[in-house]
Amino acid sequence: MTSFVLRRLGGLVLTLFVISVLVYAVFYLAPGNVAQLSCGPRCSPEQVRQVAAQLHLDDPLYVRYWHFLTGLFAGQDYSTGTAVLHCDAPCLGLSYQSDREVTQLLLEKLPASVSLAAGAVVLWLIIGVGTGVLSAWRRGGLTERVLTTLTLAGTAVPVFVLGLVLMVLVCGQWELLPFPQYVPFGEDPEQWAWNLLLPWVTLALAESATFARMTRSSMLETLAEDHIRTFRAYGVPERAIVGRHALRGALAPLIALNANHIGALVGGSVLTESLFGIPGIGRELVHAVQVVDLPIVVGVMLAVGFAVVFANAVADLLYAVADRRVVLS
Amino acid sequence: MSLVDVRDLTVDFGGLRAVDALSFRLDEGGALALVGESGSGKSTVAAALLGLHHGTGARLSGSVEVAGVDVGAAGERELRRLRGGLAAMVFQDPLSSLDPYYAVGAQIAEVYRVHHKADRRAARARAVEVLDRVGIPDAARRARSRPHEFSGGMRQRALIAMALACEPRLLVADEPTTALDVTVQAQILDLLHQLRQETGLGLLLVTHDVGVAAESADEILVMREGRAVERGPIREVLSTPRETYTRELLRSVPRLEDARERRVAEAEPVLRLEGLRKEFGRGRHRFAAVEDVSLTLYRGQTLGVVGESGSGKSTLGRMIVGLLEPTAGRLEFTGQESGRGSGAQDGRRLGKDPGAGGARTRKQTGGRPRLQMVFQDPVSSLNPRRGIGESIADPLRAQGRRDEEGIRERVTSLLERVGLRADHYDRYPHEFSGGQRQRVGIARALAAEPEIIVCDEPVSALDVTTQAQVTALLAELQRELGIALVFVAHDLAVVRQVSDQVAVMRGGRIVEYGPAEQVYGAPQDPYTKELLAAVPALDPDAAAERRAVRRELALT
Repeated sequence: MTSFVLRRLGGLVLTLFVISVLVYAVFYLAPGNVAQLSCGPRCSPEQVRQVAAQLHLDDPLYVRYWHFLTGLFAGQDYSTGTAVLHCDAPCLGLSYQSDREVTQLLLEKLPASVSLAAGAVVLWLIIGVGTGVLSAWRRGGLTERVLTTLTLAGTAVPVFVLGLVLMVLVCGQWELLPFPQYVPFGEDPEQWAWNLLLPWVTLALAESATFARMTRSSMLETLAEDHIRTFRAYGVPERAIVGRHALRGALAPLIALNANHIGALVGGSVLTESLFGIPGIGRELVHAVQVVDLPIVVGVMLAVGFAVVFANAVADLLYAVADRRVVLS
Repeated sequence: MSLVDVRDLTVDFGGLRAVDALSFRLDEGGALALVGESGSGKSTVAAALLGLHHGTGARLSGSVEVAGVDVGAAGERELRRLRGGLAAMVFQDPLSSLDPYYAVGAQIAEVYRVHHKADRRAARARAVEVLDRVGIPDAARRARSRPHEFSGGMRQRALIAMALACEPRLLVADEPTTALDVTVQAQILDLLHQLRQETGLGLLLVTHDVGVAAESADEILVMREGRAVERGPIREVLSTPRETYTRELLRSVPRLEDARERRVAEAEPVLRLEGLRKEFGRGRHRFAAVEDVSLTLYRGQTLGVVGESGSGKSTLGRMIVGLLEPTAGRLEFTGQESGRGSGAQDGRRLGKDPGAGGARTRKQTGGRPRLQMVFQDPVSSLNPRRGIGESIADPLRAQGRRDEEGIRERVTSLLERVGLRADHYDRYPHEFSGGQRQRVGIARALAAEPEIIVCDEPVSALDVTTQAQVTALLAELQRELGIALVFVAHDLAVVRQVSDQVAVMRGGRIVEYGPAEQVYGAPQDPYTKELLAAVPALDPDAAAERRAVRRELALT
């Protein structure tokens, strides 16, 4: 157990290191005049040069990366030209655009993103596993065919199309809900939920399709196994066989899939947040990429990397709980 | 009224007729064995007794009546009452027949609650009771274990406990001991025998093993291709079979009494093993799968290595072929000049560090000793996506032969040598039967003109009549080509049939080693005696005798 945790921590550090190097390398190679963008269109060439110096843009890649690492572990002072800002460790740097600390910026945006993600995960598990179980139970029937078609359609439709259609229909055409506007949970939980309903559904529908198909296929696999035959031969009702034995067998692969989908969730979140104007990390990322705000992009990528690796470690632990034959080592 | 009454049962799967107009009866408390080879339809009949074909696409006609329930006409509810409540089934593979996610006791309790109005606690108590009944030690604690924490024999006991939980009148056992070691098989058969005596349970035993049938049943029904070939009291059918097929079947069954004719002991050794040892695992998990094994293999003779699962016999076989490197000890090849490469005069070490690791040495020649292997599972040991001719040609290509025409010619002659046809060259493994596939495996082993062939359970996946053909082929090839065979198997009777020398293994060590007639005729080691007593006899009287011997051995 201890060795499992240690190994996972080691893996986490390595993953984050690789992500940060890759992001730095990509941005180093990316075209565009970062200093000009950061300074604004009306800056004189002199001012642009000054900004470039402040942002260390003229330094070679490894020097810039070294700056980033020292900032991360020891904190760093940044000069904005008019003042010196101190950034405590762990410091992910300052935004090129707003001179604000990336760490703070991310923490500010985190609640909205977590709200969206958590609700969506719960919803997609309910919808996905539910339809999966139903279509495995009613295999070969009309219910299964309808559900299979629907989930297939769900996988095929991109998040932004689905979200847009939902928004136009529900908020515009039928006026069932107001156009979503993010309200923090702390302010008004009820409004928080109502306003997140459409984003949740959008994000969950696209992902739940995968889960429905996965649940269905792994349940059908379990249903074909010998121990299911045993319970049939002992008169155990089909309801109990599907609900207890087949679902239990399908649980472990679902946990693994869910962890893998934390990555996909980030992709979906970026689109959903932009579409519904939710002030989360995903929208911040889109903006940062547009203006080549390297520290923010690196910060977001590290946060996402951390989330994915962490989720997978948790999934492995849960997996061992779900299937006692698995030994963690 | 009979407990089971089957009339004109016919079962069709699509275009395939699995059971054809079969009728039989079983009286209350009686024991009937359905015996047949694979594809005879015996398991299909067993499933039909519990109505397990409902909703599977199989078409049934005729009538099946079990404990007064007309299975064909019964609805869902009545079928569920029958299943487990009146007739319970025990399956072949006890590991896959239990849900890996739930405790064994909980699964028995669940089945109990389907048939009895009982609360959870009462059901759990019943589960412990029946587990105790079938001889699970410390049943109250073990009831909370999951199936993977049980040994194979204990799992089968647990399945029998599940069957007993609702006090059925009929027990349908479908190959209940096929996946088990011979000593465990004997225990399970003894348990079934004891339960029948105590509870008056009717038993329908489905098996491919005539010996198992002789141990457990009063009556026998021999099946072939879905039809009844011969039926009657087991004593009569086994001693004076009327039908040709029954006679052939009985002749094919390897018997402990059958020794192979003694070969002239010119005794030219080809391989000497000295103090061979193989360890697996690291640190605390380190264990020796094979320990201190010393054997000699002679040219043109067969060394039988017999043991139960986990005895290290397959590891030993793999070390001999060189698939595994020994941790310590020596393999010394002393065979004749093989013709290729002249090499050093004294022994040449092929192993790594002679001090720490094991060593392979070869006298007289620097060439690799020609070793080949025949595997147990002829399905998975052939690449399904390549024609069998190509598979057989592999060892030739590995030797560096490039002349396609020569290779094809050689493979064709090998195919014919093992009893297949030249035009089988481009066919794929799935087009062959199990016995034919094993012939392909043998042809592949022969391709490189080996001096030694290690056969790891070469016939254990085959039907008895096919088994007999394959062992006969091996013997014939050995006579002709003077090959030394290492025959690794769990089946004592088969090993006796094919071997000149026999080594009995247990826990990685050799407990008894000597000429076959000595090991079988006058066993010295208690474990050898126990093994021999566990082999089912083909005669009910002898079976009863052996049961008595087993009880004695268990007491001492």
